[in-house]
Amino acid sequence: MTTTARDTVLGRIRDALALAPVPDTSVPRDYRTGRTLPDEERLALLTHRLVDYKAKVYPCTRERTAEVIADVLRERGARRIGVPAGLDEQWLTAYDGEVRQDSADIPAPSLDALDGVVTASAVSCAETGTIFLDGSADQGRRALSLVPDLHVCVVDLSSVVVGVPEAVARLVPERPTTLISGPSATSDIELERVEGVHGPRTLAVVIRTDA
Amino acid sequence: MSTFLGMPATPPRSPYGTGNLRGDRKFPKAAHDELRNEQLRRNLGKATRTIRTKRLGVTGELPDWEQLRDAGSAIKTDTMNRLPELLEQLEQKVTEHGGTVHWARDGAEANEIVARLVRATGSSDVIKVKSMATQEIGLNEHLESIGITPYETDLAELIVQLADDKPSHILVPAIHRNRDEIRQIFLDEIPGVDPDLDNVPAHLAAAARAYLREKFMTTKVAVSGANFGIAETGTLSVVESEGNGRMCLTLPDTLITVMGIEKVLPRYQDLEVFLQLLPRSSTGERMNPYTSMWTGVTPGDGPQDFHLVLLDNGRTAALADTIGREALNCIRCSACLNVCPVYERTGGHAYGSTYPGPIGAVLTPQLAGMDAAEDDPNSSLPYASSLCGACFDACPVKIDIPSMLVELRHQHTEQSGTTAEKLAMKAAAGVMKRPKLFAAAQKAAALGRIAGGRDGTISHLPAPLSGWSDSRDTPAPPKQTFRSWLASAEGAATMSAAAEEGARHTADDHEEDR
Repeated sequence: MTTTARDTVLGRIRDALALAPVPDTSVPRDYRTGRTLPDEERLALLTHRLVDYKAKVYPCTRERTAEVIADVLRERGARRIGVPAGLDEQWLTAYDGEVRQDSADIPAPSLDALDGVVTASAVSCAETGTIFLDGSADQGRRALSLVPDLHVCVVDLSSVVVGVPEAVARLVPERPTTLISGPSATSDIELERVEGVHGPRTLAVVIRTDA
Repeated sequence: MSTFLGMPATPPRSPYGTGNLRGDRKFPKAAHDELRNEQLRRNLGKATRTIRTKRLGVTGELPDWEQLRDAGSAIKTDTMNRLPELLEQLEQKVTEHGGTVHWARDGAEANEIVARLVRATGSSDVIKVKSMATQEIGLNEHLESIGITPYETDLAELIVQLADDKPSHILVPAIHRNRDEIRQIFLDEIPGVDPDLDNVPAHLAAAARAYLREKFMTTKVAVSGANFGIAETGTLSVVESEGNGRMCLTLPDTLITVMGIEKVLPRYQDLEVFLQLLPRSSTGERMNPYTSMWTGVTPGDGPQDFHLVLLDNGRTAALADTIGREALNCIRCSACLNVCPVYERTGGHAYGSTYPGPIGAVLTPQLAGMDAAEDDPNSSLPYASSLCGACFDACPVKIDIPSMLVELRHQHTEQSGTTAEKLAMKAAAGVMKRPKLFAAAQKAAALGRIAGGRDGTISHLPAPLSGWSDSRDTPAPPKQTFRSWLASAEGAATMSAAAEEGARHTADDHEEDR
């Protein structure tokens, strides 16, 4: 019988644990969880953190969503945009450029021809300024929000939580999940942060304060 | 399986002479050369100062930082205790979600698995996300040797690869280069780069973007590492900044992830701890720009062919050491490098291993051993420290690096055969046991004053003591030993004066008590 690498490695681990036993450990979870803050404080915290990491922030009401999205796209000169199949059509009624609906059979490299993309979002964490996308129909596949140079992301204030534990608790683990904190950046040159490498160089966040 | 034999066997280290876990010379010699490089010291000093300030700022923001560290440390210890069941669970979940899991006993086996998987796709190129595990096993060198070209896509890894250099830091492999040097590397090595490229970091990043864009869009296979693998759900995670990780994890048809077996975490919930500890400790940000999490294969989104390679390569040997196993808790944040006075001056190359700095000085000997028979460069690593303890304070999972360094020094002296140092210690022990001999030796030592210069220090001793005197000055022995001073008239007078003084104080104390 030949021994597989799997059996060998698992056998080595069991041997190691027999040779150097360490008492069972319980995990203390005394750190902050389940925090809540009133709407205006979550909005202020998220906005501060997004701006700190060079994202553009546009607070608005549900009613003005289409208008604000159109303004952002115009301001950035985006003439041709991509959207996920499940995006609310009402959001683009004020935009006069070309809208291409994404689907899985479009080769991902062709997304490079888009000037920007508009998506919704699943959850946001105010304390770190992080937006979570989970591949739902209104957020699309991961390539869609990655390849174009401008990402306009709509965040409903009701989906904004205070801290990281509150955000992780709202996720569905099996969904392909992307955490976004500001535009693409690097600290690789002299450990100074520089915005704009491979991901979208502009992140515009439309926060709907009554949604 | 060895468990059936009843007697546990010590697992093997990473095989000698493979991968990148060993330099070609000992630390003091390598450090000596690096210290002469003033440019390097300026670059390192500036970069580590910047990052230390940022890290203190964002860790100080969290009132529960210490509680997060305690949780992180306990989760990792719990993980190591339950490693077999967690890895089996991870394998089962990844497989259930359409991925394939491979196991590799060592680096050579992992390299072969990856090479076979790449060949099966018919591609002659791979794009790579920065990965410590693949650096450790020398995957790039192996792929090149069989005609497959790996393209590093992280900016710092790209700089290192283009310059035919070696990484010198866990997080920022090109920390030893400044912006002028990077500009020159790009001008020399990137085909078609703008000859007017200046040294502004944003412009350098833009040049890398333009160069790599085409690779992302056309390459069919990507290789990544993993920061975390969740046993409960089969979810893998890569934490990054530039978006090169997202490109590699999303656009190709095939994704191959090489993960050390110690990177598994029990529960999805555990991410709530590590997604706070890791970014704040590594780049000093509240959150890194991008984190990707995926579970097997998702139809219509990302690579439809996913392989996970679980790597041992000496990790089980570390696990078999009660003290050394703590090194496996490392989450590769590199905070210990940035606070280390030794690292800040010598840089990462002096350590000779993929893992430099304080954690490297304990992890490298744990993974690859300190082979006494081979006069192993790794045997010098536990001494590359002043034991100041800054690394322990900075570590987000509270790895007690100083204690591990001391333990490794102990193991090294135990293992090594009859060295000059050992003989000297043995002789000293013999002399110290016999009072007459000891007194004679002390008198003889006074002759050592001759070796001291005018300033009373000895800076050069003959072999075998040169190892000691090369890196530090030794004060010359005093004229007189304490014992002979005590027996002299001067000694007796000083002692009786001190006794009178003491008696007076005692009397005063009694006075106050009443």
